[in-house]
Amino acid sequence: MNIFVLMKRTFDTEEKITIVDGKVNEEGAEFIINPYDEYAIEEAIQVRDKHGGEVTVVTVGNEDAEKELRTALAMGCDKAVLINVEDDIEAHDQYTTAKIIAEYLKDKEPDLILAGNVAIDGGSGQVGPRVAELLGIPYVTTITKLDIDGDKVTVVRDVEGDEVVIETSLPLLVTAQQGLNEPRYPSLPGIMKAKKKPLEELELDDLDLEEEDVEAKTKTIEVFLPPKREAGKILEGDIADQVKELVRLLRSEAKVV
Amino acid sequence: MAKTLENAIKGGSFLIEDIPCERVFTPEDFTDEHKMIAKTTEDYVVNEVLPQLEYLENHEFDRSVQLLRKAGELGLLSADIPEEYGGLGLDKISSALIAEKMARAGGFSISHGAHVGIGSLPIVLFGTEEQKRKYLPYLATGEKIAAYALTEPGSGSDALGAKTTAKLNEEGTHYILNGEKQWITNAGFADVFIVYAKVDGEHFSAFIVERDFPGVSTGQEEKKMGIKSSSTRTLILQDVPVPKENLLGEVGRGHVIAFNILNIGRYKLGVGAVGGAKRALEITLQYANQRQQFKQPISKFTLTQEKFATMASRLYATESSVYRTVGLFDERMSLLDGEKAKDGKEIAKSIAEYAIECSLNKFFATETLDYIVDEGVQIHGGYGFMQEYEIERAYRDSRINRIFEGTNEINRLLVPGMYLKKAMKGELPLLQKAQQLQEELIMLAPEEVGDGILEQEKYLVRNAKKIALMAAGLAAQKFGPKLENEQEILVNIADIVANIYAMESAVLRTEKAIKNSGVEKNKQKLLYTQIFCQEAFNEIEAHAKETIVAVEQGDTLRMMLAALRKLTRYTPINIIAKKREAAAALIEAERYIV
Repeated sequence: MNIFVLMKRTFDTEEKITIVDGKVNEEGAEFIINPYDEYAIEEAIQVRDKHGGEVTVVTVGNEDAEKELRTALAMGCDKAVLINVEDDIEAHDQYTTAKIIAEYLKDKEPDLILAGNVAIDGGSGQVGPRVAELLGIPYVTTITKLDIDGDKVTVVRDVEGDEVVIETSLPLLVTAQQGLNEPRYPSLPGIMKAKKKPLEELELDDLDLEEEDVEAKTKTIEVFLPPKREAGKILEGDIADQVKELVRLLRSEAKVV
Repeated sequence: MAKTLENAIKGGSFLIEDIPCERVFTPEDFTDEHKMIAKTTEDYVVNEVLPQLEYLENHEFDRSVQLLRKAGELGLLSADIPEEYGGLGLDKISSALIAEKMARAGGFSISHGAHVGIGSLPIVLFGTEEQKRKYLPYLATGEKIAAYALTEPGSGSDALGAKTTAKLNEEGTHYILNGEKQWITNAGFADVFIVYAKVDGEHFSAFIVERDFPGVSTGQEEKKMGIKSSSTRTLILQDVPVPKENLLGEVGRGHVIAFNILNIGRYKLGVGAVGGAKRALEITLQYANQRQQFKQPISKFTLTQEKFATMASRLYATESSVYRTVGLFDERMSLLDGEKAKDGKEIAKSIAEYAIECSLNKFFATETLDYIVDEGVQIHGGYGFMQEYEIERAYRDSRINRIFEGTNEINRLLVPGMYLKKAMKGELPLLQKAQQLQEELIMLAPEEVGDGILEQEKYLVRNAKKIALMAAGLAAQKFGPKLENEQEILVNIADIVANIYAMESAVLRTEKAIKNSGVEKNKQKLLYTQIFCQEAFNEIEAHAKETIVAVEQGDTLRMMLAALRKLTRYTPINIIAKKREAAAALIEAERYIV
């Protein structure tokens, strides 16, 4: 089976976000594989181990992402592809990324593509579905279970805590939700083997893409931090009075009703 | 210049030679593989060990065995075992990083360290082909757990005074071992023990003893102050028949194994101390930001800030020293060719070359850790005294580090002794350098120090080296071979040397980082270096003064004190301001940052 994983390098979940010159400050920050993409990688490895084939992990970014690709190889992926857009693209959005990935995948005949359901930084959850649309294959998002039997695929999809069971077929793109599996740590032998696994680096040229083809469809107007959380307020007195007071506050202070 | 063993950096040579910063290994030189190995270890500790730690602290040691097996699956027991025997044969930096990251697991890290280090390495380095094939693959997976049995009730620091005996039986097939080994880490569940015993009551030798051999038993679990999550028991040997092929090394050569393993144990403790100190600093920073007194977080008080900056600066110097040392091992081992690279004895030699550095790191790093957990409790106030807080355990766990693998006192005493030996053997031109210095001292004119980056710190390092040579030279002249009875002076010298190593390691690391990525990105490193160098230099001055006064009298004393004054003349920086600046970044990051 020809399996692809779409991976994004993101801020470590423990990093504090600061903004410098209207941009998120990356100086000195630790980066990790987007946690939802880790589920995708783990699932891809499990599917390969069960059904055979090969797992290729793909990312769009700059050479810093090599470290996360190596980590994916250390977990057990077979090949890695870095589509390096550092020199070609200044502003990019989900359209840009999806377009590049789809262009890369179009002649690869993927059977199964896995991605995280959302990246913890941008949080749009769009790249996976967009890629599927561009490739013209079915997709299922936020999955928590994946069974493959021949061409038939049974997927459990998380819907706000409820489950939907979907039957579909390969080729297919799915995005991983928490609970799909427990991602493994890269073992030390895995880390050492990863050094020798192929990591291919491509640029837009190699995909016959021009900058204009992948131009962002959105424009970032402003980047700002969430307002600082104020201390909470505990209402006192009879329940009836408390409710009155709460309604008053919701109207006059919070202005939400 | 082609790198060869001949021009590799000599052990202890930092005291009399200056090297360019490119020659030292620094944590900034970690490869992606190193970082991944560190991350896997950290994830393993946080996700697998910490949830079990309370059970381990209550001596549920079947869990330790399970955890060690899990570590084995991840390769965390294999770093030092060659590939031919089921290991990974990684470099020593990888092995050090595993030890550093493991430290957060407290007592469990001692179980891990005893297994992969002092438990397995005697076989890795000194075992026969058969012994390696028989034991190492199982030690690499954790299917068998190892322990190391040297100490006895009557012999601690005086390890060679062991009373355990071994006697070859009449058939000549087995050694019969009798004796008791005390405070043996992992004794509760270990399958394989490295046991030292004297053949015919005389010849100190090492044996591989299996738990299942008849006559092997263990005592009760010890009730300890700290590292409670490691098993510690007496190993009892009653007429234990040990097949003679389980003799490790040669009869009467056990001390060679013991001393080599101690070197490794010592540098590993240094690395572990760095890991423990980073964690203690992190939780204390978090606490100080969250704890409010007088309507503000206690991290806002400048006295709290002073503590954080002092802790982090010392930690930076320690971390720089420890990884510099491990880098020295790797460099030397990489220069071994073909067969030698696989020869355990040659590998052990590559480490033994730096026995001075191993001892320095051992006492310096474990005292850094002890200092940081102590201040950690202090900043936690009354809460730090309560068991719900991690710092309470860290404080208790830390204390043993100054005692085992050679007490810090023994390690201090060893340093001047090893230098003297190197001088006598002509390995280091110490005497020549000391003479040269004497001439220089007479003519000594105060040096103008520029205000360029690190200029002052380099000046302090240069003069500290002269002070060390002066103090040690005077003491050696005065007492000759009887210097070994002057323990206070020996320890002063060791403290001077340790501070020099730490100062220089910090300076070289910062210099290298600035060369590679500029000052702007390395401000914190620069601050730590400035703070540490000044404070360490002041300590050096005090130790030197005490030494000179104890050694000389009358006019010579006055002359020497005048020379010391010249060597210690410098314009101090405003350390309070520097510390506030360094602390601000730490408090913002809530963890040790460089």
